[in-house]
Amino acid sequence: MFESLFSGDRRLLDEFRRMEQQMDEMFGRWPWPAGIRSSARGAYPPINVGATADGVDIYLFAAGLDPKAVDISVQQNLLTVSGSRKIPAKEGVDYYRQERYSGEFRRVVTLPDDVDPDRVEARYRDGILQITVKRREATKPRRIEIK
Amino acid sequence: MTEKREVTKPKTGELRQSEDQPEAVLYPPVDIYEDAEGIHVQADMPGVSRDRLTVQVDRDTLLIEGDAKIEMPEGMNALYADVRSTRYRRSFTLSSELKSEAIEANLKDGVLSVRIPKREEAKPRRIEVRTQ
Repeated sequence: MFESLFSGDRRLLDEFRRMEQQMDEMFGRWPWPAGIRSSARGAYPPINVGATADGVDIYLFAAGLDPKAVDISVQQNLLTVSGSRKIPAKEGVDYYRQERYSGEFRRVVTLPDDVDPDRVEARYRDGILQITVKRREATKPRRIEIK
Repeated sequence: MTEKREVTKPKTGELRQSEDQPEAVLYPPVDIYEDAEGIHVQADMPGVSRDRLTVQVDRDTLLIEGDAKIEMPEGMNALYADVRSTRYRRSFTLSSELKSEAIEANLKDGVLSVRIPKREEAKPRRIEVRTQ
């Protein structure tokens, strides 16, 4: 009985493997190498990072967060967001699914080198924490004198 | 609209092929539990506001759909993206003892809470054991 459970349906396993490959093809083939501080896919909360000429915006997809339970810090060009989202388990009920993340989290993002750690803004709306880090004022082109 | 795509979908050559395919749908994580009164569903749908959320029951299927709105300055380029879509969708099959016409939904900070009450006759009754 157990034998058939584990070795029986090869096709099913193959099917899973194929699906996994497809997922990797769709989402995993990120064209540039992973950052040394990056997290495995599926880390909480998921983040997106976008850049404009005058700043970098970091979006954390963290629904139901208490903004007071979040700590944002920028050191040079390293942004760290840590905090907790605790979902207390209800007493006296039957759970069928518990897929939502509950607990501590920490994500670190390496920002471009020209960001200004003193000009950071964060706002929380509809479950997205958006952090805007401005770039330093463009330094004027310098004339290099030849001695 | 187009700016929204830039962060959620990188526009590099290697990934361009996926743009021809229908947009990927996010599967919101849910907690589901039951008490004496009914079933409760809680779903994480960050970025979804009330006007971009749909909760509907069609026969015995509960469908949850939402569009995330991401505020983006003009001319933004994606540097990194865990989330590659702005569309959430998930559905569940309900059973007949649930009062699907009395569903209540509530949205706060991107967390959707749905309460599906049970029919009166389906609420647990304590069965008395008689002794002879």
